[in-house]
Amino acid sequence: MDIFTQQLVNGLVLGSIYALVALGYTMVYGILELINFAHGEVTMIGAMVALTAIGMLVGVAPDLPGVLVVLGGILVAIPICMLLAFGIEKIAYRPLRKAPRLAPLITAIGVSIILQNLAMLIWGRQYVSFPEILPTTKYELLGAHISLLQIVIVGLALSIMAGLWLLVERTRLGRAMRATAQSKEVAELMGVNVDRVISATFIIGAAIAAIAGVMVSAYYGLAHYYMGFMLGLKAFSAAVLGGIGNIAGAMLGGLLLGVIEALGAGYIGDITGGFLGSHYQDVFAFFVLIAVLVFRPSGLLGERVANRA
Amino acid sequence: MHSNKFAYKLAISVVFMALLAGVGGCGKKDAANKDVIRIGSVSPLTGPQTHIGKDNENGARLAVEEINAGGLVLGGKKVTLELFGEDDQAEPKTATIVAQKLVDAGVVAVIGHLNSGTTIPASKIYHDAGIPQISPSATAVAYTAQGYQTAYRVMANDAQQGKALGQYAVARMGARKIAIVDDRTAYGQGLADEFEKAAKAAGGEIVAREFTNDRATDFSAILTSIKGKTPELIFFAGMDPQGGPMAKQMKSLGLTAKLLGGDGLQNVNFVKLAGSDAEGVVASSPGLPIDSMPGGPEFRKRFEAKYGVIQVYAPYAYDAVYALVDAMKRADSAQPAKVLAELPKTDLKGVSGPIRFDAKGDTTGGAITLYEVKGGAWQVLETVK
Repeated sequence: MDIFTQQLVNGLVLGSIYALVALGYTMVYGILELINFAHGEVTMIGAMVALTAIGMLVGVAPDLPGVLVVLGGILVAIPICMLLAFGIEKIAYRPLRKAPRLAPLITAIGVSIILQNLAMLIWGRQYVSFPEILPTTKYELLGAHISLLQIVIVGLALSIMAGLWLLVERTRLGRAMRATAQSKEVAELMGVNVDRVISATFIIGAAIAAIAGVMVSAYYGLAHYYMGFMLGLKAFSAAVLGGIGNIAGAMLGGLLLGVIEALGAGYIGDITGGFLGSHYQDVFAFFVLIAVLVFRPSGLLGERVANRA
Repeated sequence: MHSNKFAYKLAISVVFMALLAGVGGCGKKDAANKDVIRIGSVSPLTGPQTHIGKDNENGARLAVEEINAGGLVLGGKKVTLELFGEDDQAEPKTATIVAQKLVDAGVVAVIGHLNSGTTIPASKIYHDAGIPQISPSATAVAYTAQGYQTAYRVMANDAQQGKALGQYAVARMGARKIAIVDDRTAYGQGLADEFEKAAKAAGGEIVAREFTNDRATDFSAILTSIKGKTPELIFFAGMDPQGGPMAKQMKSLGLTAKLLGGDGLQNVNFVKLAGSDAEGVVASSPGLPIDSMPGGPEFRKRFEAKYGVIQVYAPYAYDAVYALVDAMKRADSAQPAKVLAELPKTDLKGVSGPIRFDAKGDTTGGAITLYEVKGGAWQVLETVK
């Protein structure tokens, strides 16, 4: 039982990180029907920038409490990622908004490769380690070990998701975003500045990605230039699992994918009597994804969109 | 990563095409007979193992520079060695491409590769081309078990290392229940298999055998599953980019089992990645600790003046070059066939110890040293045979 609880905790932490990154994919897709493949790399840049800032802060003020230092790192990473996403949208996607849908997809992949190489040039090819400045307090709950960091990650992720939901449902900007998602043309006729709404969507997604990036590197104690690739792929799968374009779906998909992965890796060996080992954890996760899509092509919470292409 | 690699490959292919079109195969003769002798060095120079890969290349480069500075005369002619550093990305697929590229470029020998997973597929290409290959660090048994008279290594293999580790875990660390995790590479799998055999033979019980891959960073699920089986020791057969986070996650999951690893963990980067959770981790390295090597302290001084801190295999890459050049001197030629005839007779005092090869191309001086992280650095525990 305690093993099961522990796997559930592992999965929830991993899943809430997936969910945060998935939000960025799903928001952009909801509005532009564009899969922003560079989003995983924005997360990576967030982690790298924050790590650099944290390193500098530790050097300048060694007596500062670790939490404040990490907070400082996040505060540096967020605006840089926002600026980056703003630039990406303006340079790589906006000129192609009227082009066939394949074109911006290709530039998205291009931007992703450029960002990876840029990160490799700036931060090198090695794994960068996260300084040990956060408290390592641990709690025991139903036999599972839960660290303070894990609680903070899940708590912060949930509050960001709630905040985003409020923003989309209750504010003027949110209403403009929903209007743009339904029809860019009509929204424009109603006086919505569509360009600005799209920029805002990218910027908000990037800010969340920056926080997710810092969470990942703090949790695993490292960051590297290609960490965005797999993370982006998993988050994208989470978004599809939940129903791409749907914000609640991204959250559900992320958490679900994390838990499925953890349980899969934890139990697949025992269930199959050692025939399939824990290295099949990704296969297991993607198998569930395929199974869900066969029965619900638009994802768990996705609306059936009749022929929007 | 992909785009600059591509540009690089493109540039190289253009150069080759020009060579082929213009001088029609002259390149090969060039390298073998003229006063420049090309030696290949292959290791991962991108990806998570970059630091170890660069270390190998630097070790080989130091040897080449020293030999050139000392002057090398073969067949009455003064010759210069030229090191061709190539990147195999620790990928078997890339390794074969790079190997073919080196063969086409007319290298007379290859120092490499770093990983067993890349060394083994590449060895077929060197074998077919008839050029000697000396790996500084590939330890999988399979490498020299293929019957290639071109395959050599200067480091103890996994059978020797895994056996020593398995015995050590049970006899000296007192572990009865043991869990094994490997990274599914030729190195990890081979080492884990040998470890399992030896640990069982010594009376240990293997309670779990789990797998990961050499790109993973999350091990919480498999560690949790292992925790349920309450082992006293976890043996990880893989490299430091996985071992570091694994040590961290063991602590945060409240696992009290000791972590034991092979030479893939026994480096500076592991301690950096695992931070304070590296304390108490035990790992082995083939050969002697660098400061106990016959030429160790001296080598460290020369190496660090040029390239900074030694990661792990640099002395072996260095020795591999010297073993090769030693055979060239005896053959009085750089021609691969003549060098190959001389290699089995190698009897050299290397930096890492005496270098002699058995009939398969394995080194015969196979000591294994165990280290433990204490106070944030690897400290020697003991050397076993």
